[in-house]
Amino acid sequence: MTDSFEIAGVPLASRFLLGSAGYPNPQLLAEAVKASQTQLLTVGLKRSAQGGDNGFVAMALAAARAQGARLLPNTAGCRSAAEAVQLACMARELYDTAWIKLEVTGDEHTLQPEPFELLAAASELVKLGFTVLPYCTDDLVLCRRLLDAGCAVLMPWGAPIGSGQGLLNPWALRTLRERLPEAVLIVDAGLGAPSHAAQAMELGYDAVLLNSAVAQARDPVRMAHAFRDAVRAGRQAYLAGVMPAQDFAVPSTPVSGHAFVLS
Amino acid sequence: MNIQILIDEQPRELPAGSNLAELLALLQREPRSVATAVNGRFVAREARPGTMLAEGDQVLLFQPIVGG
Repeated sequence: MTDSFEIAGVPLASRFLLGSAGYPNPQLLAEAVKASQTQLLTVGLKRSAQGGDNGFVAMALAAARAQGARLLPNTAGCRSAAEAVQLACMARELYDTAWIKLEVTGDEHTLQPEPFELLAAASELVKLGFTVLPYCTDDLVLCRRLLDAGCAVLMPWGAPIGSGQGLLNPWALRTLRERLPEAVLIVDAGLGAPSHAAQAMELGYDAVLLNSAVAQARDPVRMAHAFRDAVRAGRQAYLAGVMPAQDFAVPSTPVSGHAFVLS
Repeated sequence: MNIQILIDEQPRELPAGSNLAELLALLQREPRSVATAVNGRFVAREARPGTMLAEGDQVLLFQPIVGG
C-alpha cells in the first residue's frame, strides 16, 4: 500500500528525508541514499574558493537521480534574511529547483533558528516563487506565522542539529500536530536513533529529516535501513492508533473473579 | 587601464570595462558550474554579460556541496 504525502502538490512516496553530508566516503553516501529509499535529498552550497569536495556532491547527485529523488538545497550558514534570500537564489540556479530548505541561524552554540529573520526570509522567498521548507523551532506562534507567509511545510527541530538527542520536547511537537492538523509537519534535526524517528511518526508527523545519525553511524548503510524501517513502523503505528497511556494497570487477560477459588 | 576587485576575498586586477561573464572566462570557470554574487547580491547567469565590474567590487562564487 502506498502511503505517500505531498509537498506543494508533489507526492513523495518516502517519509524519510535524508541529508548528504558527513559520510565517510562517496560510495557509502550513495549506498546509504539507496538503502534509505528517500525521495528528497538535502544538499548545500559553498564558496568555490574553499576547494573541491573529493567527489561527494557528484555522487550525491547521481544517487538521487538513480532513484528519482528530488534535491532540497539548504541555506546553511546564513545569519540574516538577506543572506538567506541571496543564497536561495543561487541554489535555485545551481540545482534547478525552486524548493529550498530555509535555515537562518540565530545562535552559534545551539544553531537555533533565528525566528524573526526566518520569517522575513520565508515571506520574501515565497514572493519570489520558492517552495519554502523552513527549519524552525517548535514555537506554535512562529509556525503559524510561517504558514501564513506561505511556507509549504514546517520543519521544527527535535533537538539541536547534529546532537542526536531525539525529541527534547514531545509536548510541544504533539501540540503543534494537534493545533495545526492540516499542515505538513516534518521533524528536522536532532534525531540520533531510529526510535526517535519512530516516535516522531507516532506523534503524527508526516516525515522526518536527518543526516548525522546515518552519516556518523559505524555502518551508515545499515543505519539507513534501520531508519527507513523505523519511519514506516512509526507511521503504521500512528495510522493504527496508539493506545492512550494511563497510570493504572488493566488486566489484558479477561477473567471472571479469581482464577481459582480455594477454600 | 585596470581596476582591482576582490574575488572570494582575494584581490585581482582586471581590464576596466570587464563584465562578470568575462571574469568567469578569465578564471576558466564553466558558467553553469558556479552561482555568482556581486557586492552581496545574486547575479543570475543570464545577467552576467550585462554586469559591469567596478573598482572595489566584491565577487563571490558558489558551487554545489553536500549538505544536511
